[in-house]
Amino acid sequence: MSDTHEHSIAFVRTTEIAQQPAPLNAAGPVKWMRDNLFATWANALLTVAAAYVLFLLISSTLPWIWGGLWTTSSLSECREILQGQSAACFSVLTERWNQLLFGFKYPAEFYWRPTVALVLMFFALAPVLFFDLPRKLLIITALFPFAAYWLIWGGTIWTPLFAMLGFVVGYFVYARYVSNNFALGFFGGVAAAIVTWYLSGFIVSAIAPSQPLLAAVPSRDLGGFMLNLMLGLTCVSLSIPLGIALALGRQSSMPLIKWVCVIFIEFIRGVPLITLLFVASVMLAYFFPPEATVDLFLRVVIMITMFSAAYIAEVIRGGLAALPKGQYEAADSLGLDYAQAMRLIILPQALKISIPGIVNIAVGLFKDTTLVSVISMFDLVGMIRGPILASTDWNGVYWELLGFAAVLFFIVCYGISQYSQWLERRLATDHR
Amino acid sequence: MSTLSDPPEGSFRLSMLLNDTRYRSLTLQAVAAIALALALYYLYSNLAANLRAAGLNISFSFLGSSAGYDINQTLIDYNSQSSNFKAAIVGILNTLLVAILACITATILGVFAGVLRLSNNWLVRKLMAGYVEIFRNIPVLIWIIIIFTILTAVMPGARAYLGEEPERGLIGGIFAFTNRGVYMPAPFFTNGFGGGEGSGLNWLMLIAVLVASFFGARAVTQSANRKQEATGVRPNTLLINLAIWLLPLVIFSLIFGLSWDMPDPLANRFNLQGGIQIGAPLIALWFALSIYTGAFIAENVRAGIQAVSNGQTEAAAALGLRPNRVMSLVVLPQALRVIIPPLISQYLNITKNSSLAIAVGYADITATLGGITLNQTGRAIECVLLLMLFYLVISLSISAVMNVYNNSMKLKER
Amino acid sequence: MKKSIILGALTIAGLSAVAASAATVDDVKARGTLNCGVTTGLVGFAAPDANGEWVGFDVAVCRAVAAAVLGDATAVEFIPTTGKTRFTALSSGEIDLLARNTTWTFSRDTDLKFDFVGVNYYDGQGFLVPKALGVSSAKDLDGATVCIQTGTTTELNLADFFRANNISYEPVPIETNAEAIQQYLAGACDAYTTDASGLAASRATFETPGDHVILPEIVSKEPLGPVVRHGDNDWGDIVMWTLNALITAEELGVTSANVAEMVTSTTNPEVARLLGTEGDLGAMIGLDAEWAKRAIETQGNYGEIFAKNIGEETPIGLARGLNAQWTNGGLLYSPPFR
Repeated sequence: MSDTHEHSIAFVRTTEIAQQPAPLNAAGPVKWMRDNLFATWANALLTVAAAYVLFLLISSTLPWIWGGLWTTSSLSECREILQGQSAACFSVLTERWNQLLFGFKYPAEFYWRPTVALVLMFFALAPVLFFDLPRKLLIITALFPFAAYWLIWGGTIWTPLFAMLGFVVGYFVYARYVSNNFALGFFGGVAAAIVTWYLSGFIVSAIAPSQPLLAAVPSRDLGGFMLNLMLGLTCVSLSIPLGIALALGRQSSMPLIKWVCVIFIEFIRGVPLITLLFVASVMLAYFFPPEATVDLFLRVVIMITMFSAAYIAEVIRGGLAALPKGQYEAADSLGLDYAQAMRLIILPQALKISIPGIVNIAVGLFKDTTLVSVISMFDLVGMIRGPILASTDWNGVYWELLGFAAVLFFIVCYGISQYSQWLERRLATDHR
Repeated sequence: MSTLSDPPEGSFRLSMLLNDTRYRSLTLQAVAAIALALALYYLYSNLAANLRAAGLNISFSFLGSSAGYDINQTLIDYNSQSSNFKAAIVGILNTLLVAILACITATILGVFAGVLRLSNNWLVRKLMAGYVEIFRNIPVLIWIIIIFTILTAVMPGARAYLGEEPERGLIGGIFAFTNRGVYMPAPFFTNGFGGGEGSGLNWLMLIAVLVASFFGARAVTQSANRKQEATGVRPNTLLINLAIWLLPLVIFSLIFGLSWDMPDPLANRFNLQGGIQIGAPLIALWFALSIYTGAFIAENVRAGIQAVSNGQTEAAAALGLRPNRVMSLVVLPQALRVIIPPLISQYLNITKNSSLAIAVGYADITATLGGITLNQTGRAIECVLLLMLFYLVISLSISAVMNVYNNSMKLKER
Repeated sequence: MKKSIILGALTIAGLSAVAASAATVDDVKARGTLNCGVTTGLVGFAAPDANGEWVGFDVAVCRAVAAAVLGDATAVEFIPTTGKTRFTALSSGEIDLLARNTTWTFSRDTDLKFDFVGVNYYDGQGFLVPKALGVSSAKDLDGATVCIQTGTTTELNLADFFRANNISYEPVPIETNAEAIQQYLAGACDAYTTDASGLAASRATFETPGDHVILPEIVSKEPLGPVVRHGDNDWGDIVMWTLNALITAEELGVTSANVAEMVTSTTNPEVARLLGTEGDLGAMIGLDAEWAKRAIETQGNYGEIFAKNIGEETPIGLARGLNAQWTNGGLLYSPPFR
């Protein structure tokens, strides 16, 4: 038998074949390309079309950027050097760099002050954005608003110090009474802070030195990208507490409070931001006492804060609604009152769910700060549309300036949205 | 009969206002009401005092007086002698026009980009991701300005089309794309009812004919459905449908003498005359809103499709449905439930963002009532209030539609 | 001084100015600066230079008033206003004085409760067209597309002009001067219309100004002047007579260069009254004797201001025209200082 067997098979291999690399068209870049770019005819067509679009984009912009000039002092000089060639005249960015970032009025010798404030901002935001950092860093965050105010606006240091004092006094009053009753502690704290500020208004004007350490800069001198950043940061941080209050109010069982909140939120969400800015620029001044004028920056901050608070309230309401009813019932069954239940059980969970939504609102709001250029504030877009394009030297440099503004906003907004996605993954503590 | 929980008469103590939960909410609301009233009164008294000091008053009579300025793109008859109110109406119609146009194109663009982001073609996927990220992360105001600048700087001037021997001929003999806008033929009717020139009545009749065609086509489809259910064979309705839509139109146009008003390069040395002109500001605003909002809609569409679990597709395939049936009967209806609510709020955003027309000189409501009328009359408070009222009405109507839809689409849970 | 709680909080934030009384001149003195509303940027009239300092013809009026009232021509806060915000800014008290090429019209003077205290520039609305178009008169513009800078009386004048001549046009309203120019230069409009002075100022920034002409028609009267709130006549007087002092100084040959010498050497009694060495005109409007001297010393007389900012030697290159002294056939005619 074995004989026949041996003869019926010509060759029997006794050793294993060494593993071969996969055929060229089943692995490596070729396979990848076949799978991802040329899987079917239609797909291949799409690839070619997409590649063509990309080629058009790159071939038209790259030489223009590459050949850009950086050192001339006016557009006509650029045109002279280029002799009709198509290339960018980036010298407008180098020449007006400070104006684009700080506006045209901020005193040049003080540019270091907003720059320091910007650096501080990163330190202040870090512990808020990344939970793993030591909690002690939050002290920087708490001190940042006062330091930044003093750096950017200057003036006597007593102003931010007393403002801070108001918060400290308010906190102590709150801490003293909160164990008895949350409402008492909260409103007592607020009242104490307001009284402190009111009194210190007189003290500061009495003790303010005539030559403060940092010279005062009026807020209408702020401008450029700094103004966008300041408006965005200020309004978002102010609107979060307001948004929480509005969201809780909207969920309230008390009809009056509920309806006031509903009307406020729906009204603000129903109108475009630009009409609210019109209110700030042409109407709001009539609603302040006749003997006072409140400057435009503050009026705009008030309106944008109201705007973003309404949107944030809706996001937080979504977070509150997403909590299972059991959480509320559990809090009730522990005998917690409303304030305790909200503070200890509901809000920590609801806010956690809402954070990505809040970040999205923040990105949208930051983009919307460009609208202030419509009401004669010189933010980045306002600087471009106004003083720079109107000047004799740079009349006609559109692409470079608009492109610069677009890139600047893209970097910041894309950065924040990447952070938001990271955060979403990070916060996903539920099991999947 | 009083229940046990009712406190006996006369046992009410003042402290219960704070400590008894039954009364506390009343107390709080009373305090809130008083605070609110005080705050409103404070604002009102400031307003009154300021207006008195400035010698001004609140009056809407300026709406009736003549506006005095011209508007280039109007949907209704308007001239500089018309009232400010009519100028506002022109603005409202222009706002609605650009909003509706942008909603349509943004949806198309968004659905394309959203579906293509899930394509298995790597390059297309990345390209669409790039589109979405770039457009979402740059302010819409910058996009509007950039696109307007592209239009004015890159497109040929209107004068290139003019004269006996123009530099450029009309595209297809009928279209002209210039940096002032697009010129194209306008349809009109030469015969009106009972003789004479065509009028608005013709257009109303045309709409009536179209509505009748719609109902006719629906009746045919329904009868085809009934036949299919009864016999299992679906009759081919394509030809009948075509006839129902086209025949009345053709007959109507023949009777009333439909003809086209062509853009004429010879009538004037500055502009093409005749036909319809879609101004560059409208195009810029329309495009910018479409591609900006399209990027957001693409994300909604992608999220909607991804929200339908794979099991649904697999289950449908296991039932023997063909892939296109899986999409139309299983995936899409479920995805739409997720897609439509954010889609409608994007429509709302388009309407609100159309107020940025002011940056490119498109005569929407913000530019007429909130712009030139406000400048000319100085009636800032009145104009801004009316402006907000208009947007509020639009937003609330869209929200109402959304609520009706959400209720009808709610999962019927039993 | 009445101060509400909200203002206490705002004051400490340093963002609110509480003014004590209804008299603007007292407010200005108490504040130490003059809040002056100007345009958001029109080269020659009011625009920030490369260092961020405001310069221009309207700016000089603000500085002259500051010099007269406060003794310091640099004590001015310039508040840029748009066509939309300027009137609210003035009537709400945000600015003390509006020096922003604002046309003096009946309804603005009466219905909006303002006072125009004089005219610092007699302007008129004109048209700028490319030379290549071969247009020689605004009446040839039938069917043309016209870019308008919105926010002044421009739109109304334009509508009136074309209606009166029974010709048609396509208006393109643009918010800022820079963007209107961009449209015009790209050929998106055939003509650009705004005040003739503004046209000249804009044309000066073009790459080839010679390729564009300003048409001879001036379709409107645009007396531009500083504006104050109605009812505060003391303040109105100060602004009015500061402006008149600048005009009179040119008429009498007082310049920034010779004013110091004139104070001592003059024999002309009106010059002496103007410069405060004779009579007490300053006290009559609540200022010191040297108010006008300071204004002239720091800013120059009307002619000097004109020549420095918008005159023929500057890129803007405006001729005096209507804005010459009455003695030279112009309209500038200041009431006498006595």
